[in-house]
Amino acid sequence: MSAQQATLPQAEHPQDALLRTERIPHIWCAGCGIGIAFGSLMSAITKSEIPRDDFAVVSGIGCTGRLAGYIHLDSFHTTHGRAIAFATGLKLARPQGKVIVASGDGDLLAIGGNHFIHAARRNMDMTVICVNNFNYGMTGGQLAPSTPYGAKTTTTPQGSPDEPFNFCSLAASCGATYVARWTALHIRRLTTAIAEALNKKGFSFVEVIAPCPTAFGRRNKIRRSLDLLKLYYDNSVVKNHIAPGEATIDFDNNLVVGKFVDVERPTFLDHYAAINRGEVEAWPATGVDASAAGKRKAG
Amino acid sequence: MAGQAVLTGTHFINGDEACAEGALAAGCRFFAGYPITPATEVAERMSQRLPGVGGVFIQMEDEIASMAAILGGSWGGVKSMTSTSGPGFSLMMENIGLGLCTETPCVICNVQRAGPSTGLPTLVGQGDMMQARWGSHGVYEIIAIAPSSPQEMFDFTIKAFNLSEQFRLPVLIMADEVVGHMNERVVIPEADQVQLVERSKPSEGPDTYLPFQPGPDGVAPMATSGEGYYMHITGLTHDEKGYPVMEVWAQEEMTQRLVDKIQGNLDQILDFEAIHLEDAEVAVMAYGISARSARGAVLALRQAGFKVGLLKLNVVWPFPEDYVRELSRRVKAIVVPEINLGQMVLEVERLAQGRCQVKLVPHPGGGIITPARIMEAVKASLEETS
Ligand SMILES: Cc1ncc(C[n+]2csc(CCOP(=O)(O)OP(=O)(O)O)c2C)c(N)n1
Ligand code: SF4
Ligand SMILES: [Mg+2]
Repeated sequence: MSAQQATLPQAEHPQDALLRTERIPHIWCAGCGIGIAFGSLMSAITKSEIPRDDFAVVSGIGCTGRLAGYIHLDSFHTTHGRAIAFATGLKLARPQGKVIVASGDGDLLAIGGNHFIHAARRNMDMTVICVNNFNYGMTGGQLAPSTPYGAKTTTTPQGSPDEPFNFCSLAASCGATYVARWTALHIRRLTTAIAEALNKKGFSFVEVIAPCPTAFGRRNKIRRSLDLLKLYYDNSVVKNHIAPGEATIDFDNNLVVGKFVDVERPTFLDHYAAINRGEVEAWPATGVDASAAGKRKAG
Repeated sequence: MAGQAVLTGTHFINGDEACAEGALAAGCRFFAGYPITPATEVAERMSQRLPGVGGVFIQMEDEIASMAAILGGSWGGVKSMTSTSGPGFSLMMENIGLGLCTETPCVICNVQRAGPSTGLPTLVGQGDMMQARWGSHGVYEIIAIAPSSPQEMFDFTIKAFNLSEQFRLPVLIMADEVVGHMNERVVIPEADQVQLVERSKPSEGPDTYLPFQPGPDGVAPMATSGEGYYMHITGLTHDEKGYPVMEVWAQEEMTQRLVDKIQGNLDQILDFEAIHLEDAEVAVMAYGISARSARGAVLALRQAGFKVGLLKLNVVWPFPEDYVRELSRRVKAIVVPEINLGQMVLEVERLAQGRCQVKLVPHPGGGIITPARIMEAVKASLEETS
């Protein structure tokens, strides 16, 4: 044992307070991008002024989903795809809580896609962090709704015939109040984005483009994490506040990163309170001319 | 109606509405659901009533989401509920399992219709009884109760909440379309007459609290999100700390705990009515709407001089094994009417072990079993076993 190793257990990590240190070592592979996203999340939480007790972290199932088991906050590791639905109940039961959903691309946008779009539509107050590693890491590297066209996975051995989703564009078009995408090498900006998302009221979404060397890289002949990181980073272009539909993930010099949406919109609970206080005009606001409607029908 | 959680008084309402009122009286303040006949009226009543008592109603995008949301609501410290029927019940199965594994109190009302699949959406069935027991994968115990009238829809919904809070698990109300849609008199007591059980809270601080360490009653006290316990809750097999352990010993300990907290407290959970069974030669065992028909049949037969009695199950799962085993020793036959082709009757056969005749009175769904059919079956049993 070297002198350096011998001192390791004593060394305190700046984010130890947010780690369930007794659960380390974690399950993630060397070179996995989830750790970077996790680190950014912890930095953003540390920086935020939100009381520690108010946080709840909810995840689904997958390599990313295991994050809930390592963070020293109230943390819920739910079922595959259902983190957002679970988080919706948690938020509505305890509106003062700050609910973070952190999960994988498959979890949030394949099996959980329906919950994702509806939570964004309702502007459910939560921060959703998606680690997009372009495949299902946990189950050994199958096709995900993010897998690039032509990329190989264990269930698309000849290359994927599917066209992928653009998660940021989807989130924006469903009504998210904050939408950003960064790669795992944009650590400072990623941390800032997560911090902004945490402070945002409504459905905020941060996509992290992250390497999965073990399951995804290997099948596409990019075995080293650094090579994947560089592929993503070197082809990225920062474009803030562009139309989210233009935020392409094009590995030929147009992997668009940046903050795409940052708007204000009442949340589900804002609307629910207003409606139940009788403050909202009945629909349709203009009323209907019943006689005219009758005539059209007769004609 | 705004503002009054317990609608004290005498009402003429249907079973679904009575279920909603029972939930409100029990302190339910979060409902997540998805419309489906014949359970929609539960959701409708909750959507109308919850805002007035400081609660929240949300119509989710499907039943999977509804079930996940009420688990979240419960961890947020609020008594939570959903309601559904067959197709939605099927969709809820995975997250009912999450609720069982994470020991999350909540209530699911299944107003059964005839199946399989879309089946007969507006017509009665009792075909989900085994699904209630075994529908989610893996090893567990469940509590399910079966109301047979709108009054019982009210009373048993309170009971369901109390059992779920006391034993930390999802409790199933296995109602049926006739009970759900039937309008009858429902008496709602004064608020202070409603007996409520609340989940036990940890007495220890965050440093020593173990979220899955059972107390003397086999149930672990439950912290709520936001209380500073920083608990980890997972559907993976976990130890008493809540941390995943991928080992056989942990699986053994955890499943044993889930089984023991039910099997070890049967005296507090089992609930059935034994009517005229003391000297009965034939027993009819029934639950839900079929218990109404059975009661009519048994009373009519008694008047005609037949020695017949009724075992009416209020709690159907866990099944009253000891009682039915003992009953099978002293009657000639047990007749089981149910609106399926034989589900709870299998439990009776398993326990009777041939000691008495076990006769199913089946119905494929879409209608009720008439008292006349049950009377015929009882008479046939008497003849066959004399
Ligand atoms: C209902 C259900 N279906 C399938 C699985 C198997 N499964 C576990 S994780 C996973 C995919 C995870 O992929 P992703 O969300 O992208 O997370 P990653 O591992 O890549 O971080 C699948 C299919 C499951 N656990 N539950
Ligand atoms: S399989 Fe991929 S996503 Fe999972 S831990 Fe390994 S590198 Fe990370
Ligand atoms: Mg993935």
